[in-house]
Amino acid sequence: MATLFEGFTLCGLVQTQSASDSAIQGIELDGDSDHAVVTDSTRAVTLYKVSDQKPLGSWTVKQGQLLTCPAVFNFQTNEYVVVSDNKVIRVWKEEDLHLDKAFKATVSADVWRVHSAPGGEPVVLFQRGAVRLLDSLLSAPQQPIEDILSEEEKEVIRWSTNIVAEKQHFVLFTTEQKGEHFLYVQRLNPNTLQKYRLEREDSRAPPLSFSASLRDKHINLLYLYPNGCVYQSVVAVQGPVGLEGVQALPRSLRLRLPVGEGELGAASAVALDEAHVAVVGMPHPSARTGKDFLCIWNTNFQTLQADKEMVGRICGQVWCYLGKLFVPHGKALSVIPYECQKSSLASALGKLRHPGIAVSKSSVAIPSWNTLLHGDQPQGPTKIVDSRKSKLRRKSQSAPALTVDQVLELIKTGPVEEVRREVEALVSRGDAQDLQLSVGRLACQLVARSQVETAFYAPGALARLVKTQCLCHSMCPDLLLLALEHKDYFLCQLCLQLFPDIPEVVTCACLKTFIGVPDDDVEMVSLEPDSVSFMEGLVAAGARGGQQNGFSPALFEEDSCDPHHQPKPPQHQDKKNPTLQLEVCPVGLRKAVLLNEVLQTPYSDNLLVPHLKDLNAPQVILFLQYLQFIYLKYSQDVYTQTPVLRSPTMTQIIDWVCLLLDAHFTVLVMAPDAKGLLSNLQSFVKSQVKLFSELGKIEGSLQELHKMKPSKDISQYSIEVIELF
Amino acid sequence: MGEFKVHRVRFFDYMPTAIRAMAFNAHTERLALARMDGSVEIFNFTDHYFQEKVIPGKDSRSTESLCWVGGRLFSAGLNGEITEYDLENLRPKYSLEAYGGPIWTIISNTQGTQLAIGCEDGTVKLFEVLEEHIQFERNLDRQKGRIISLSWHPSGTHIAAGMMDMIRVFDVPTGHAVQRLLVDRGFGGSKSQETVVWSVAFLSDHTVVSGDSAGKVQVWDGHTGTLVKTHLVTKWDVLALSVSKDESSVVAGTSEGTVIQFQFIAPTLHQQQDKEWVRTRTFKNHTHDVRALAEIETAIVSGGMDTHLVVRPLLEKFDEKSHASGLRKIHFPHVSTEMAEITLVSNCLKKAGLLLFQFPGQLELWRLGDSDGHGKPGDRLPLKRKPEKLLLLKRKGEDHICCSALSSCGGWLAYSTVSCVRIYRLQTDNNNISITKVSKLPKALRSAHQLCFSSDSSKMFAASSQSSVLVIALTQSECKYVHTLKPKSGSRQPIHLMTTSVDGKWLAAANSDCEIRVYNLQKLKLHCIVPVYGSCPSAMGIHPTTNNMTVVHADQQLFEYSIVEKQYTDWSRKLQKQGLHNVWLDRDTPVTHVTFNPKNPNQVVLHDMHMFCIIDQSLPLPDQKTQFYNQMTLRSLSEQERPSHLHAFKICKTFQVSLLFLASLLDDQSLVVVERPLLAITSQLPAPVRQKKFAT
Repeated sequence: MATLFEGFTLCGLVQTQSASDSAIQGIELDGDSDHAVVTDSTRAVTLYKVSDQKPLGSWTVKQGQLLTCPAVFNFQTNEYVVVSDNKVIRVWKEEDLHLDKAFKATVSADVWRVHSAPGGEPVVLFQRGAVRLLDSLLSAPQQPIEDILSEEEKEVIRWSTNIVAEKQHFVLFTTEQKGEHFLYVQRLNPNTLQKYRLEREDSRAPPLSFSASLRDKHINLLYLYPNGCVYQSVVAVQGPVGLEGVQALPRSLRLRLPVGEGELGAASAVALDEAHVAVVGMPHPSARTGKDFLCIWNTNFQTLQADKEMVGRICGQVWCYLGKLFVPHGKALSVIPYECQKSSLASALGKLRHPGIAVSKSSVAIPSWNTLLHGDQPQGPTKIVDSRKSKLRRKSQSAPALTVDQVLELIKTGPVEEVRREVEALVSRGDAQDLQLSVGRLACQLVARSQVETAFYAPGALARLVKTQCLCHSMCPDLLLLALEHKDYFLCQLCLQLFPDIPEVVTCACLKTFIGVPDDDVEMVSLEPDSVSFMEGLVAAGARGGQQNGFSPALFEEDSCDPHHQPKPPQHQDKKNPTLQLEVCPVGLRKAVLLNEVLQTPYSDNLLVPHLKDLNAPQVILFLQYLQFIYLKYSQDVYTQTPVLRSPTMTQIIDWVCLLLDAHFTVLVMAPDAKGLLSNLQSFVKSQVKLFSELGKIEGSLQELHKMKPSKDISQYSIEVIELF
Repeated sequence: MGEFKVHRVRFFDYMPTAIRAMAFNAHTERLALARMDGSVEIFNFTDHYFQEKVIPGKDSRSTESLCWVGGRLFSAGLNGEITEYDLENLRPKYSLEAYGGPIWTIISNTQGTQLAIGCEDGTVKLFEVLEEHIQFERNLDRQKGRIISLSWHPSGTHIAAGMMDMIRVFDVPTGHAVQRLLVDRGFGGSKSQETVVWSVAFLSDHTVVSGDSAGKVQVWDGHTGTLVKTHLVTKWDVLALSVSKDESSVVAGTSEGTVIQFQFIAPTLHQQQDKEWVRTRTFKNHTHDVRALAEIETAIVSGGMDTHLVVRPLLEKFDEKSHASGLRKIHFPHVSTEMAEITLVSNCLKKAGLLLFQFPGQLELWRLGDSDGHGKPGDRLPLKRKPEKLLLLKRKGEDHICCSALSSCGGWLAYSTVSCVRIYRLQTDNNNISITKVSKLPKALRSAHQLCFSSDSSKMFAASSQSSVLVIALTQSECKYVHTLKPKSGSRQPIHLMTTSVDGKWLAAANSDCEIRVYNLQKLKLHCIVPVYGSCPSAMGIHPTTNNMTVVHADQQLFEYSIVEKQYTDWSRKLQKQGLHNVWLDRDTPVTHVTFNPKNPNQVVLHDMHMFCIIDQSLPLPDQKTQFYNQMTLRSLSEQERPSHLHAFKICKTFQVSLLFLASLLDDQSLVVVERPLLAITSQLPAPVRQKKFAT
């Protein structure tokens, strides 16, 4: 889960002459975390206080001189360093007013960049690849500088950075030579230089941008190609010392961005953490045109996490410092704070539900990134009602509402009723943008306490939290099991309805509990009224149906096309056979409601079947009988129930029958109780097979009709034979 | 009768251009029609709507409006010039800069003494029509905003001018604007857009009818300047208006492709005196903008973006069903050689046919494909060689190509514009083709209406001004002027058809005054004049062995004339005596090509847009009771029964979808059919205005 917050403009930009150049050379950090040193493309260095969006100081070189590298901050001496006209290094302090009066030293070779990082001394990288520490260079400015990159081969530096890790100081730079790209890793103290060759992209296009970060004692280099591929290469910090020559740099594809039409022009990718990459200058996958979006992608799940349209031309530059993205676009430099949270599979994929299920309540369980980011209320009308209610309540209580943290504290010790009240108040306030986060924390806290204190169980509060639809199973994995343990079937139902990501093992556990629970236990439980009324309707329709129209069940059975035709099960022979009472629901009403919820839960076959084997034979038979019962109900014409918001579909029922048979076939074949049931199911299958074969015939005849239309292709030229009489 | 191999050619991308303007000359019953590419076509409405003349276009010329003054034709366009056409030489006579910016419209007064043009700069300029020229007379009061449309009051004293958002009525003698009629803008979103008065009509009772871009046809009182009636007829533009001669009916053409008729009638039966303009009929014969309209005596003629000319007869004007009472759609040029030509060359060495396609801007030379397979009737033969584009020759200069020819040996290629003739020498060795321009041309050869080569390729004939024919001798090294075949007397109309005999002795030339002259090429003098028939010849050909000339006229009559004997042949007399079958006479497109079967001297091959026909002169002629289209019947009959049902006209409609050209038979009983399906043309048109259709 990543969020892009509302950005602000740090400063305006001067439009440069050429379209490809940016107005900004670089943005660097200062000793103060709220400062940014912005070097423009010509002569000026400006220090901004980011939160106030106001410049604190500005320094320019004389007309005619040119800044050739972004100014950096020397964290050891609290001085700024910049290079003008390739060779003149200038050092000044914040108090200095004029750059001209500052210290300057002319070095003997062209400087590419000065790099500085907290905890390390600034280093100077020369255009021909040599690296010097700033101090040692300034002590003897005219010292000879060796050439690492050969002039004749036309190898030029494209990008560079430095990384300070565990007292190790690295300078990384990439070069281009005749279409090939190399990465140089220069270690300082002791100085070693390792050269790697980047794998060539098929299109031979050069990488658009690089970004390096240090993670787990490895340097991760992330680079973006115009075709939208983002590759990652890893270089160990304790590198293979002593390896000579050019090493091939292995890479792995982290992300394939949708580039839309054409290729990315000016785009840039920067790694935010191990799972998130911010990309600027790419088209939004769902927007139609324009390559001017700033997007955060999750590389683990390849999902778009957040996006923001940047108005104006993007020149493919982005800097990321301390939770803020700096993006020059159009005529402004925008600062966009972001936040990346550790993502779960569920929150990444939360929108994908089982395709067979109509999403209940028309709202999504996980609020979409967009609504969350742009501050829209995820649930329109219900929210308004809630907030109105809560306003009323707040008025009546007139007690100051507690913050999330206070409620969390309360949960640790407070009594059930008070917890419920405060949670309710907090949730219904609903103004917090990060409702999802707080709901998750609250639920986890509640569950944790319940698990520790067996006496403590707050069904009301939990139900309220689940109802926000901001919760999912992976956020609070113990919730559903806890509810089962406490026989809180209402909460179970809610969870089954609203969680998109219940693991199959938990679904099976629920199923097992629901089947096993005595009918009497459930009958008094209050469940979601819609589903109950659906079930009531279903049972009642069956009970009335035959008699009202004067139909006798025997008449049904003679119709061989009818799916509930049975190969004449000898009704009188086997009185014990439970299939006899077809019109009677084999389970209690509320139990059936709960089973329906299980039927509608998303699952994948391969994962479910092993867990289904946990059910014992009587349970399987009972469940199959129930499935048979609703199948028959569905197949009968008498079932004319109005479409209910949430009811199992025919396909789901058939799928579950198949799954159960798959899992328990041998057991069922052996069990004498199941004999009649199996033969009935066989007749279902027969009728289905017959239906499909009929459909196939229709399809065939329709295709023939299609073929009958002469499809005489008219080509540009043909020679034909005609006969005249 | 036999099997034929038919080469179906569908790669001829002929694309007619949109019709921009139209003017009908009620006196001569000629319709002048201007297309977007600047070309002007003249249709003879007394002679089966035959397209008798085409004045080729020019890149820089854009015609916005046409106007007849007596027998003289004037046009004006956005290039700011007024042009008069020389209808005898099919070229602009002169162009006159009007100095008023782009010209939107040109009209003449009923007396034919003055022309008025509406200019972009807001002036209405009057020109005096002189004997050989026109002369600027004066401006009417200059207005703000362009003058889009004009209409002259029949008395000549007033002119109504359609402008942006208004109509002005001018008093011609003083030049002052006397009325200002404000035209409402459209509803809704188009409120902010200016309304363009695309067309106005000034009736003799001083009623002004206007059609505008807001989709309204409005009737105004020209005396008081008051609005009498508004008919909202379309959501789009009303582009053209035309008034019938008796001023009882007005038709309006819209962007939707509809033509809407308004009639000046009494709305109730009781009050026959109180007449008003009532919308009566809607005709939908176009898919795109109707840009040009003419209401003639018995029909409504319309044309527009969808390139075809529609003659829609007003059925109340006909007492019985006749040839003229049928709807006519004219899609393609009637004289095939005018816009695009095919010459088929049987190149002896390669046994390959060459096709020459003529576009306004270029010539394309194709080699036909080949197949050595044999098949049953109805089969499609496998191709051994695909057709190949050998040459693309772009014209020089701004003038469009008006005619072109390829010699039968395939060695010479010539084309002409109104300003120059170019001759090229083609050399093919193996698969390479080389082209060299013949540099020195005789001075006499300046332009040609028609070009053709003699069958041995030693001479070229160019139809020149005043019905004369230039004879040019071609040798490897040079081309030399030989003679001008010039009629001593008779018509000076341009030659539109020309053909030579295979033995090189005869040249026949037909002009649009229906005269066909036959010249003896050995003596280089006139041999005879074919008796003049009242309808224009649309196609003719000289038989390779008998030297009988077959001529087909625009009214579908067919004659065979023996050149040697200077009289109609017996077969022709027999045919005329018995009369042609009514089905043949009722066809609505003229025969555009005549050729002969080299294997069977009795067989003449003809075709029009929808069918081709092989006439076997050895077979009995069909009488009126005979089933005319009898191929299907014959197919179903047995071998023995067949001979009793045969008649001379064997018609094949297999390729009926806009069969455009059919070229001569090759040696091995092959025909070449060039098809240009109307659908292919329609699909290249821009999208029409969106219309709400039911359930869409």
